[in-house]
Amino acid sequence: MGLRKTVTGIFGQESFVTTRLDSAIGWARKYSLFLYPFVTACCGMEYMSISCAHYDLDRFGAALPRFSPRQADVLMVVGTISHKIAPVLHRIYEQMTEPKWVVAFGVCTCTGGFYDNYATVQGIDTIIPVDIYIPGCPPNPHTFLQGLMMLQEKIQKQKQEY
Amino acid sequence: MGKATEIIREKFTEFILDHHENGGDETVIIKPEGLLKVAKFIKTHPELDFNILMDIAGVDYLGREPRFEVVYHFYSMRRKARLRIKLPVSETDPEVDTLTVYWKGADWYEREVWDMFGVRFRGHPNLKRILMYDGFEGHPLRKDYPFNKRQPRIGPIN
Amino acid sequence: MTKENHPVRTSRPKRKTQEMYLNIGPSHPAMHGIIRIITELEGETVKKAEIEIGYLHRAFEKDSEQVSWNGVMPYTDRLNYVSPLINNFGYCMAVEKLMGLQVPERGLYIRTIMSEISRLVDHLTCVGASAMELGAFTAFLYLMQIRDELYELIEDVTGARITNSFGRVGGVRADLTADFIPKSREKFKTAHRLIKEVDKLLTNNRIFYDRTRGIGIISAEDAQDWGITGPWLRSTGVAHDLREAEPYMMYDRVQFDIPYGEYGDNYDRYMVRMEEMRQSLRICEQCFDQIGEGSLSADIPPEYMESADLVDTAKSMKTAGLIDKEAALCPNLRGQEKHQIAAVSAASKASTLPPKAQCYSNIEGLMNHFMLVMDNWGVRPPMGEAYAAIEAPNGELGFYVVSDGRGKPYRVRCHPPCFPIMNALADVLQDGMVADIIATFGSVNMIGGELDR
Repeated sequence: MGLRKTVTGIFGQESFVTTRLDSAIGWARKYSLFLYPFVTACCGMEYMSISCAHYDLDRFGAALPRFSPRQADVLMVVGTISHKIAPVLHRIYEQMTEPKWVVAFGVCTCTGGFYDNYATVQGIDTIIPVDIYIPGCPPNPHTFLQGLMMLQEKIQKQKQEY
Repeated sequence: MGKATEIIREKFTEFILDHHENGGDETVIIKPEGLLKVAKFIKTHPELDFNILMDIAGVDYLGREPRFEVVYHFYSMRRKARLRIKLPVSETDPEVDTLTVYWKGADWYEREVWDMFGVRFRGHPNLKRILMYDGFEGHPLRKDYPFNKRQPRIGPIN
Repeated sequence: MTKENHPVRTSRPKRKTQEMYLNIGPSHPAMHGIIRIITELEGETVKKAEIEIGYLHRAFEKDSEQVSWNGVMPYTDRLNYVSPLINNFGYCMAVEKLMGLQVPERGLYIRTIMSEISRLVDHLTCVGASAMELGAFTAFLYLMQIRDELYELIEDVTGARITNSFGRVGGVRADLTADFIPKSREKFKTAHRLIKEVDKLLTNNRIFYDRTRGIGIISAEDAQDWGITGPWLRSTGVAHDLREAEPYMMYDRVQFDIPYGEYGDNYDRYMVRMEEMRQSLRICEQCFDQIGEGSLSADIPPEYMESADLVDTAKSMKTAGLIDKEAALCPNLRGQEKHQIAAVSAASKASTLPPKAQCYSNIEGLMNHFMLVMDNWGVRPPMGEAYAAIEAPNGELGFYVVSDGRGKPYRVRCHPPCFPIMNALADVLQDGMVADIIATFGSVNMIGGELDR
């Protein structure tokens, strides 16, 4: 029996796509984000809503939470960071493998918010580098989705290391 | 005068400093040395039966002597009644007896009062900081502790 | 290897065993909120557990001393962030007790409705999250769907999904929106349906039953000794509910049942929570019937005018009939018209902000507003102290407030309902299996915000 292969579609015999390797990797990376939710406080409630069916984080390829920092790409710091938990956050950041990004979710993580007191870290950027700041107390799901898209754009545009 | 106040007053005249009933909350202010006796009494007395220790709070009246006050809230599940007992505690030797012997639940409340106000509890099994971390200096809810004096474990002081 | 030189084992060598220490948290997927449990294991049995809290301590009590009496409201939101409205009202009740304020009936009805929706949200989150941790992800998605619908309902009235700051000393911030009640009835139908679905999925589910029945047992005496209230106490068979024991708001005008368990285990707590959700819906529906149209239909519909026009007209001395006109409010002040504020807040110039319309259009309103928001003026309860308790989803939520007669609280102490439960948890976990830590911890419904404050 003979078998003749037919090739159709855009990746057919005659068709090809050219791109820079950087941009191809960026495209792959931005749509396959593994999040590490470092959930501490109120913002976690919004984060729950976002990751469930109503707002559906899956549409952005970012729904799968990884609870091991070694497998995660994006550290989502969700909620107030107190001085007691700060070393833990720092350690988790250190444990993550490159490439990694950090999202400050909610105003407490951005600046400390209205908790200007003895217990609270005044913005996590005093401890670890932050890529995207999402303000709000807590941020509306739509604000978060916008933030996520901004992060994806950033990932796409950056110089990829591999 | 409320019922509980009356019964306690009859039994422990020597410990009672004051009592009031502002806003409907029965309040008895007693000397610190009488705490254990009064606590056992109100827990076991059949007409009082305050079987739940609802809350222990500290208050810092800076500039007043005695400076601190430890406030106990009791609740009687059977009678649906409440009682507040207040203990003035001096600044020089802030120490009161622990209630963990009568209520297991007193454990963490007392640790919190120690953590926040620096009031020690005599006989407490495990009196150490609960909300703040080791290495934190001072007791943050005292009125003379600045509200934004930070003592970070890592990172800058800002 | 030949058969001869193969070592023949006559007896098993004596194995040396030792306890293993396992650290769970502070950042652990099933530790919603951050908490650390240090366990001493013998095989899979927990010999000893130690619980460390305080990772979310953000100085609620210290912050409250820096702001005005009404300014504490946003901080109370973030105590139990799953049911912030109940925290708002609990704090308000303590201050009102101190001041001797009486909230009008409609205000109380609104508080009751919003409290029950909040309780519903809290139980939904707790049941959903703890079911998810046992592997029941579908139930979680269903419950979160209702929760989001309820959030939208709350958002309509309060303007925020989670941190509402809706309570005010002496009442609530605004009246219900005109379409709130029909909309709620519609959403409650979905809620009923989905709760029923989840009930079908979990209640008779063999896996769920086996993972929860007989796990995390606490006796009624022990629970009271630890100071536990709420679903945890009710699961042990003590049908105690502050809504019935010390009726506040409008709970003495509605009918509801208090579910209680038998064994005080995780399954009973789940059942208690499920039933309380249905009771909450029932209370809300009764309130909808009783509350009436109220201020939504003013006798004479007010005539609105842009506030700038109002001022210009007055300046040009055309004051005839101007007193009957009301300044038009921007949409985010909806529900705060003159007749509405009067219906939902205490009629006290010492505590209630004047209606925005008056504040924009006449000098008395402006001055009243100014006095109330100025530093160290505003709401000033008389010297003294008060303790008010409210039935929060986790148990008794108490606020002990001390006033020195000035514009800032001297001391605000919050009695968090999950604090005694966490205190007892080490004992409850002891002698259980390590896998049951998650199931038991899930049933606590620990909320970091109120535990650590």
